[in-house]
Amino acid sequence: MTNRKPNQIPRQPMPAQPAEERRENFDEVAQGYTLEMAVSEAMRCLQCRNPRCIEGCPVQVRIPEFIQALRDNDMWEAVELLKDKNTLPAICGRVCPQESQCEAECIVGLRGEPVAIGRLERFVADWEQQEGVREPKPVTPREERVAVIGSGPASLTAAGDLAKMGYQVEILEALHEPGGVLVYGIPEFRLPKAVVAAEINYLEKLGVEIRLNVVIGKLYTLRELQEKYDAVFLGTGAGLPIMMNIPGENLNGVYSANELLTRVNLMKAFQFPEWDTPVRVGSKVAVVGAGNVAMDAARSSLRLGADEVHIVYRRSRKEVPARLEEVEHAEEEGIIFDFLTNPIEVLGNEEGVVSGLRCIRMELGEPDESGRQSPIPIKGSEFEMEMDTVIMALGTRPNPLVFSDAEGLERSRRGTVIADMDTGRTTLERVWAGGDIVTGSATVISAMGAGRVAASDIDAYLGGEEGQAWRIERATASA
Amino acid sequence: MYRILAKTTLTPVTTEYLIEAPEVAHQAKAGQFVVLRVHEQGERIPLTIADYDREAGTITVVAQEIGSSTLRLKSLEVGDSLASFTGPLGRPTEIEPDGTVILVGGGLGIAPIYPICRTLREAGNHVIAIIGARSGDLLFWEDKMRDVTDELIVVTDDGSYARKALVTEPLKELLDSGRKIDRVWGIGPAIMMKFVALTTKSYGVDTLVSLNSIMVDGTGMCGACRVAVGGRTFFACVDGPEFDGHQVDWDLLLSRQRFYVQEEQRALELYQQSLQQAEPEETSRS
Ligand SMILES: Cc1cc2nc3c(=O)[nH]c(=O)nc-3n(C[C@H](O)[C@H](O)[C@H](O)COP(=O)(O)OP(=O)(O)OC[C@H]3O[C@@H](n4cnc5c(N)ncnc54)[C@H](O)[C@@H]3O)c2cc1C
Ligand SMILES: Cc1cc2nc3c(=O)[nH]c(=O)nc-3n(C[C@H](O)[C@H](O)[C@H](O)COP(=O)(O)OP(=O)(O)OC[C@H]3O[C@@H](n4cnc5c(N)ncnc54)[C@H](O)[C@@H]3O)c2cc1C
Ligand code: SF4
Ligand code: FES
Repeated sequence: MTNRKPNQIPRQPMPAQPAEERRENFDEVAQGYTLEMAVSEAMRCLQCRNPRCIEGCPVQVRIPEFIQALRDNDMWEAVELLKDKNTLPAICGRVCPQESQCEAECIVGLRGEPVAIGRLERFVADWEQQEGVREPKPVTPREERVAVIGSGPASLTAAGDLAKMGYQVEILEALHEPGGVLVYGIPEFRLPKAVVAAEINYLEKLGVEIRLNVVIGKLYTLRELQEKYDAVFLGTGAGLPIMMNIPGENLNGVYSANELLTRVNLMKAFQFPEWDTPVRVGSKVAVVGAGNVAMDAARSSLRLGADEVHIVYRRSRKEVPARLEEVEHAEEEGIIFDFLTNPIEVLGNEEGVVSGLRCIRMELGEPDESGRQSPIPIKGSEFEMEMDTVIMALGTRPNPLVFSDAEGLERSRRGTVIADMDTGRTTLERVWAGGDIVTGSATVISAMGAGRVAASDIDAYLGGEEGQAWRIERATASA
Repeated sequence: MYRILAKTTLTPVTTEYLIEAPEVAHQAKAGQFVVLRVHEQGERIPLTIADYDREAGTITVVAQEIGSSTLRLKSLEVGDSLASFTGPLGRPTEIEPDGTVILVGGGLGIAPIYPICRTLREAGNHVIAIIGARSGDLLFWEDKMRDVTDELIVVTDDGSYARKALVTEPLKELLDSGRKIDRVWGIGPAIMMKFVALTTKSYGVDTLVSLNSIMVDGTGMCGACRVAVGGRTFFACVDGPEFDGHQVDWDLLLSRQRFYVQEEQRALELYQQSLQQAEPEETSRS
């Protein structure tokens, strides 16, 4: 093996459950490399002096170094190197869109297939979880208290970093489980909940207090937290589903992808009736949209027993925003892609239940501001498809609930919070924000990166003159 | 956390629970609700805040046993804890001072109108309440209601207790009487709210109803609770639950409430079976 030149070794395929089998279950599809596969894949890395992959990674993971440690069979070193930049590698290794990040830049990819960086990342991270994550080093506690709102990747990262610096950190989460989209959105077959639970467990070991069922904006307001804590991190994501506003959208059998996925993942409706929450998908399902959320909704529907699942997308294959691997897996599982097709009405029967979807064909016109060709309806091309279930996966916006008493917190027209990209600071004193609430729906790794940036700025603030001034203000106010 | 401090059987199908929830009690206002899970595998069910005591740190909810979750709730004992309890959710009732208002509570709807009556009265309103049930044994909180109203009218559908009438009959009489009525609230089963709204419509009196659409999170992130009001779609859990009764698309609400009947039936049967299996033990204990 080692005699071959690195770029002659073929990219190691990911072992996966066969499509025929997995479309019947919710177990993880991609099963992970064995040690042998991982080492063999690691050999493909050229150990570039100016590694371009690092530039492709939103958090600059020390890619060649961790790969070298893996080759040297120095696994703990690989773990350390990886976690130096990425606090949630077992998750990112599974869900990052590597093909447009690190792997897109990889030199080996110029002539053939890039090094499977994501799979190696997952391998190292899974090894650590299996081995038993090492006990965190004890830290000197600091007296300042930080409230972290939400428990998605942005919040988990901010909380973990701050706890490691010694701050008293409390996570305040609206739902009854921590993890954000990682638990309510991304399905078990792509991201096992045990992987997320292990990360949460680690945070608790770090001393982070996790308070569930706390809806900010209802139980407490942002303003109250601002008064009560020394710093507040706002990481409530973009959880409000966007609907199409077409006729028939409120019929029974029309779901937002968030509803379907929440029922399935958070409430475990796929195990109904052992778990109490029901979910109903019919035999023919249309999912509108083609992002990761749409793929997850489509593939979940299949696993819930649908016979025929369509992805209905108004643009063409080229523009599909989902991760490549998800699209491939969806196709292998038999999901049908209807490109250049846009729904104009959901049709229903006398009982108010979905019976079909009326669509119009589209063609691609001039490029719009985003640089993508904008789809234009073709006159007279309307047609109907028989459907029992329609799932809207058109994207999400920040849920405004958290802003109910947050005067002075500036937001964009799209409802996202305005925060400094280099610090995470918002227009409210001692309130930081990061993740989807700032960017709109984006990626796990960018949320993680934003959590890290904010944590380091919170530390700089509280440790600096501003923090000093605040402590005096706080002391005089309470005196 | 979320311990049951007291449990009172109000009627053969309704139970009142006093729940330890100091933070929720501190914020709770009339018109809001909580979402709770009875056990770890349980669904999230919304229940209206029927009363709250900020000092004692307690919330009162009243549940009607109609399916597996509410029956399972009833099987809990004083001292047991709920798996989760989230609130206060939804917008509080908007309270305007110094008017004359009518609150109509049908069946279970008596519980949610109680805190609204109290708050309205504290704000200086003349509060008239009409409470009704199918029969006398299904009626509850009559005394409690008397304490927070200026006039209380009690009816039953079958005349087995108090006056025999539907709640809409005394409502119509009051509207016909020429007294100036500023606002009406109707809370209860969807069909009853629909008829309350129909009754007040021709009088042009503002009418609020509390929409009980099926919910999951109760925080505005799933859209399961979609309702149509005045031709626009709203999420009942965050935009409501109170809406202008004259603008609600009732057929849509009724149809969406029925979407899961088969599954609910199945869950109920399974739950009852599990009780039967546990039965012998139960009897030996008592
Ligand atoms: C179905 C689906 C699939 C996805 N697949 C991928 C993928 O494959 N790869 C990828 O990189 N990205 C993917 N994404 C996107 C990614 O998950 C998000 O970008 C990321 O989770 C954002 O993280 P966050 O920390 O900003 O917020 P979130 O993960 O959204 O977490 C926010 C948390 O805040 C809580 N919250 C909200 N409001 C309040 C409040 N008022 N009070 C208290 N708590 C509150 C929420 O309950 C939630 O737990 C996917 C998203 C979805 C929905
Ligand atoms: C804002 C709001 C306030 C409510 N307040 C009260 C209250 O104070 N007391 C009370 O007894 N009931 C109340 N309800 C209704 C209560 O939530 C349902 O009766 C309960 O969820 C039924 O659960 P089950 O498993 O016992 O019955 P199931 O057999 O599951 O359902 C019976 C019927 O209840 C309704 N229902 C089922 N699941 C839900 C759900 N997740 N959300 C809403 N409705 C559902 C459906 O219409 C269904 O047909 C309220 C509902 C809402 C939306
Ligand atoms: S975190 Fe994501 S982008 Fe960065 S190296 Fe890992 S897989 Fe690539
Ligand atoms: S219950 Fe989910 S949005 Fe209202």
